[in-house]
Amino acid sequence: MSPTILLLLALGLGLAGWLAARARAWTLRRESADGRLSSLPTYHAWYVALWIVLPVLAFIALWSAIAPGLISQAVLSSPAAADLPAFGFQRQTILNEARAVATGAAPAVFNPQARDLVEPFRDALSYYNTIGIVVTLLIAFLAGTWAFLRLKPDFAARTRVERIVMAILLAASLVAILTTIGILASLIFETVRFFGLVSPIDFLFGTHWGPDPMANPDNPDASRYGAIPLFWGTLFIGAIIAMIVAIPLGLMSAIYLTQYANPKVRSWVKPALEILAGVPTVVYGYFAALTIAPAIRDLAIDLGASNPSSESALAAGLVMGVMIIPFVSSMADDSIAAVPQSMRDGSLAMGATTNETIRRVLVPAALPGIVAGVMLAISRAIGETMIVVMAASTAANLSGNPLESMTTVTVQIVAMLTGEGSFDHPATLSAFALGFVLFMVTLGLNFVALRVVKRYREAYE
Amino acid sequence: MTVVHENLEATDAKMSARDVSVFYGDKKAIDEVSIEIPTKYVTAFIGPSGCGKSTFLRTLNRMNDTIPSARVEGDITLDGEDIYRSKMDVVQLRARVGMVFQKPNPFPKSIYENIAYGPKIHGLAEGKDELDAIVERSLKRAGLWEEVKDRLQDSGTALSGGQQQRLCIARAIAVDPEVILMDEPCSALDPIATAKIEELIAELNGRYAIVIVTHSMQQAARVSQRTAFFHLGKMVEYGRTSDIFTNPLEQRTQDYITGRYG
Repeated sequence: MSPTILLLLALGLGLAGWLAARARAWTLRRESADGRLSSLPTYHAWYVALWIVLPVLAFIALWSAIAPGLISQAVLSSPAAADLPAFGFQRQTILNEARAVATGAAPAVFNPQARDLVEPFRDALSYYNTIGIVVTLLIAFLAGTWAFLRLKPDFAARTRVERIVMAILLAASLVAILTTIGILASLIFETVRFFGLVSPIDFLFGTHWGPDPMANPDNPDASRYGAIPLFWGTLFIGAIIAMIVAIPLGLMSAIYLTQYANPKVRSWVKPALEILAGVPTVVYGYFAALTIAPAIRDLAIDLGASNPSSESALAAGLVMGVMIIPFVSSMADDSIAAVPQSMRDGSLAMGATTNETIRRVLVPAALPGIVAGVMLAISRAIGETMIVVMAASTAANLSGNPLESMTTVTVQIVAMLTGEGSFDHPATLSAFALGFVLFMVTLGLNFVALRVVKRYREAYE
Repeated sequence: MTVVHENLEATDAKMSARDVSVFYGDKKAIDEVSIEIPTKYVTAFIGPSGCGKSTFLRTLNRMNDTIPSARVEGDITLDGEDIYRSKMDVVQLRARVGMVFQKPNPFPKSIYENIAYGPKIHGLAEGKDELDAIVERSLKRAGLWEEVKDRLQDSGTALSGGQQQRLCIARAIAVDPEVILMDEPCSALDPIATAKIEELIAELNGRYAIVIVTHSMQQAARVSQRTAFFHLGKMVEYGRTSDIFTNPLEQRTQDYITGRYG
């Protein structure tokens, strides 16, 4: 509640500053010798408004971070808080309940201990809210006055406003980068905790995966945390089976679309192919689990396999390959289309057939782009969760037989995080280590792919 | 219609076109052009931009086939055979009628592979030694051998513009064509590189029938023995180069070569 009020207050003050500064700038303009300012009056107005709003926003951000702590402190030091349970869950519940009633979020208290705390809470809230508002006003007034007093006919308000705007844009672009760093940091933090319990050697090179969420968390059996079967399952499904499907189909459809299809066919087939990329992966998951997997099992029975798995790696891999086709084909399409027409003409004029031209000139020239597309597709495939969660099994299996059930890194992340173990159990923490490995692998693939694409773009410019 | 100078001595016609018209969709780009391309001479096509000279050049090895909306009417023969007949093998035709483009377009392969490309797809060489010999011979004929013999494995695209264009000429020569079509081969090159290409054309003259499209009248005057002047899709005048430039019969030719338009 209080941040909203402060926010509105900040905007209102900013508007006031804006109007005042604009009026002041007009006056300056009238009074100045040649009737000119070095910047337009609106720039003066924005300069003052930004000087009011930005410090106030900074204060609000800071205040909403520290005010709850100060309020709790005040409440706990009140006499009514003396007989609260010492620590932990119960104490927090009582405090939360009292706060909810004090702020009006809940109608009444259930816990009698909380009732005594409502009054101190209310007092503390209004005390600190008042402080917040007063400080906000003070900051707005000081910053606004300082900025306002700087307004002069030759004051370069425009350059300053432009600089502030640039800083805001920079901050916006930093958000995504900082988020990535934050994600990585949290992953690393939990991964380090996991590796404190299970050695990285056992994790990265062990061949048996079967964490027991019910086992004693302080002394985990490291031999059950060997992730090799998961890495193998991920590679086998995402990078081998899926790519055996996606690379030839994607490449051939790209070649057909760029070299053979007439414009009318192309205008139908290309969007249809792109629709594949828009199908939610969970829908592919249904398709894999309900249609492809049983069909493959039946086929395996017909071929004489005894007791084949109904959750085969093949089913998940095939459907994932189909999902990846648009990635491969659109990257290949772009890079083949980017090969200059003069290459094609040159080859045809030598008496090469269309087919020879494609094989010997266009595809080699477009190869870097195609390779980059395949790498992006692999990184997409091994990070894919929904299809494998639905169609692959959770049984870790180190096998080369595509008809057997296998599990992947992403499936195990889901299984471990949604399992019954407590959060600091090594079985749960292993999800972070798996996520970290996956993150590093896809990051590496994307990095290399982007480098390749960049180098290749320069080749024809 | 076309004015053909009467003092042309009879020569063997390598290619001949009779009443050739080219359409892009409904638009007529070439209007009933008839010409004989002599075996031993360099023939230049001159004319202002958009007059259809490049379009006509591209009909001679059926490169217009790659443009879906293009349609050709009339007869074009190579050694008396109609190249637009349904049984004509375009691959064979283009091996016999090579082409060099306006912008140098070496493949992004090594210099060696650029030259070996044609011989490989046409199966001209048995074994590595024979291929090496073809590459060397072609580069020598194109006057590029001395400059690149020590770096045949370097990329063809790393050469200078003029070298790239000579590489493209060497590539065309490598399949031993009978006719070489050149579509403004010097328009992307500096004067020194242009001079080298012109020298090369003079050396190749006699060995191959050469047809060159050019914007530069000086170039046409320097390298060719026959000149055809194109204007608005029609061939206006055709004759010995010396006659066209000193004694044009048509007012439009006169105006163009004296720089009154174009």
